[in-house]
Amino acid sequence: MPGAIYAEGLVKTFGDVRALDGVDLDVPEGTVLGLLGPNGAGKTTTVRCLTTLLRPDSGKAVVAGVDVLRHPDAVRRSIGLSGQFAAVDEYLTGRENLQMVGRLYQMRAKAAKARAAELLEQFHLTDAADRPAKTYSGGMRRRLDLAAALVVSPPVMFMDEPTTGLDPRNRQQLWEVIKQLVSGGTTLLLTTQYLEEADHLAHDIAVVDHGRVIAQGTSDQLKARTGGERVEVVVQDRQRMAAAVEVLRGFGKGETTVEEHTRRLTVPVTGGAKLLAEIIRELDTRGIGIDDIGLRRPTLDDVFLSLTGHAAESTDQDQSDAPHQQKERNGKEAVK
Amino acid sequence: MSAVTEAAPAAAPGNAVGRSVRDSLIVAQRNLIRMSRIPEMLIFGLIQPIMFVVLFTYVFGGSMKIGASTSALDYKNFLMAGIFAQTVTFATAGAGAGIADDMHKGLIDRFRSLPMARGAVLTGRTLADLVQTALTVLVLAIVALLVGWRTGSDGDTNPARVLAAFGLLLLLGYAFTWIGALIGLSVRTPEAATSGGLVWLFPVTFLSNAFVDTANMTPWLRHIAEWNPFSATVQAARVLFANPGQSTSGAWPMQHPVWASLIYSVLIVVVFRTLAVRKYRSATA
Repeated sequence: MPGAIYAEGLVKTFGDVRALDGVDLDVPEGTVLGLLGPNGAGKTTTVRCLTTLLRPDSGKAVVAGVDVLRHPDAVRRSIGLSGQFAAVDEYLTGRENLQMVGRLYQMRAKAAKARAAELLEQFHLTDAADRPAKTYSGGMRRRLDLAAALVVSPPVMFMDEPTTGLDPRNRQQLWEVIKQLVSGGTTLLLTTQYLEEADHLAHDIAVVDHGRVIAQGTSDQLKARTGGERVEVVVQDRQRMAAAVEVLRGFGKGETTVEEHTRRLTVPVTGGAKLLAEIIRELDTRGIGIDDIGLRRPTLDDVFLSLTGHAAESTDQDQSDAPHQQKERNGKEAVK
Repeated sequence: MSAVTEAAPAAAPGNAVGRSVRDSLIVAQRNLIRMSRIPEMLIFGLIQPIMFVVLFTYVFGGSMKIGASTSALDYKNFLMAGIFAQTVTFATAGAGAGIADDMHKGLIDRFRSLPMARGAVLTGRTLADLVQTALTVLVLAIVALLVGWRTGSDGDTNPARVLAAFGLLLLLGYAFTWIGALIGLSVRTPEAATSGGLVWLFPVTFLSNAFVDTANMTPWLRHIAEWNPFSATVQAARVLFANPGQSTSGAWPMQHPVWASLIYSVLIVVVFRTLAVRKYRSATA
């Protein structure tokens, strides 16, 4: 039996651009699939096809057991969509927004009113409930948008980059909300360009690039494909880099990569913390000063890089502190 | 699949028409709340027609020749039907900008993902605009009375006929908001919808009998003006207001202005509503 969200060979072209080039997905009921990929990979187009907003040129899509192309209206009754932009009416209050959405889900006025109050409470918006949404902070708007998607407690949810543009604190908060939701049994398809987010929220991750799913599996499975852990060393003195490479050769399981300008050496290893201690001792014995050393386990960044041959975001990023900086920058790009 | 049945929303009202009306009213309510929270929009919407009344009356009034008369009072009474008609058509730009803004902000995506009647988002918007237009026309009518406009200046006043004139004017305005809706769905930004919604209104409202007597136009221009849907409503309003300067042309819309106005407006609604709803269903933000 196909999952709560099922897609087979979805193709969508816009002029010359093949936005979707045969997307296959299968999300079992009650699980979270993270659709991971860079801008323009086809994540949003996939969501739009599955939520009846866009008609694919070919392919098949079934959501909550209903054929999306044949019965879009029935699908709409079973889904909630939270988009890239907090799609709320900024001149309406939080309460008015939720009541309107409830009524448009064909709830009766009284039921919509009660449900709105319940959601405002749940999303910590009660104090701001009767203020126009334009006075809300970015995080509050996102929460309101998410609440709007949950008005009928739909069995299947779609979230298109729910935390894009949010600061870390708000992102954390939203993650908690999403986790709660999922623990209640909702099937969720979530798109993100934050590798950390997919890692954090999704049971399964589908990596998308150029309109295709290029890999799918759990976070661990994907990481395993990239290989094991590595040791990274930043050498104090450029003159001693060759000597340091020599040391690492003795411990490593493969080629040492050298980044000349940052004085950073990276070598794949097995043996974890114990090995790290040995390397430090050996470097010390030879009098090679180091600014930094660390054991690095593969992140989804690495997975993406090894799968696509290009980084999820731009490539000139200093890898060690990449996740945080990249998030901030992408946030800005997406808001534009 | 128990989750599905559990979460199933309240059943939609029995028939499609009922649901469409209900959803449209919900969206109209939303837009009216919005409008009430942006009173500047209503005020700016009022300033322009009031300025037109004052400027046309006092600047052009003395030198405009209407029929055989050049009196300022006659021109004022001639002018008002035109100003009313022009004012109702300017609601087009508001509808267009509002819908483009909804697209831009992702609200149209939200609406389209909801199990609601297909045309309701647009119908709701145009209905809200109709309410706003009616308010504008009311204020404008008061200003017009203050500067000396009188119905029945060309004969007897009949309140029912005056009301009918306002009905036709509002219907014209409503029809034009559907053109605005289509423009709003077709452009990329709210700004483009505002200017795109206004630009074409100038030739439509000026190539008409609204401000001048078409009898003084060159023949080809006069034909355009007399068959202009906008002129039909102006002529109908003038006839029903019993104001001076009614066209005596033999063109069918000038001879049967009430019917012509009705037919034109209904035709515009049918054509542009169909196009706009179709566009809405495939709208991509």
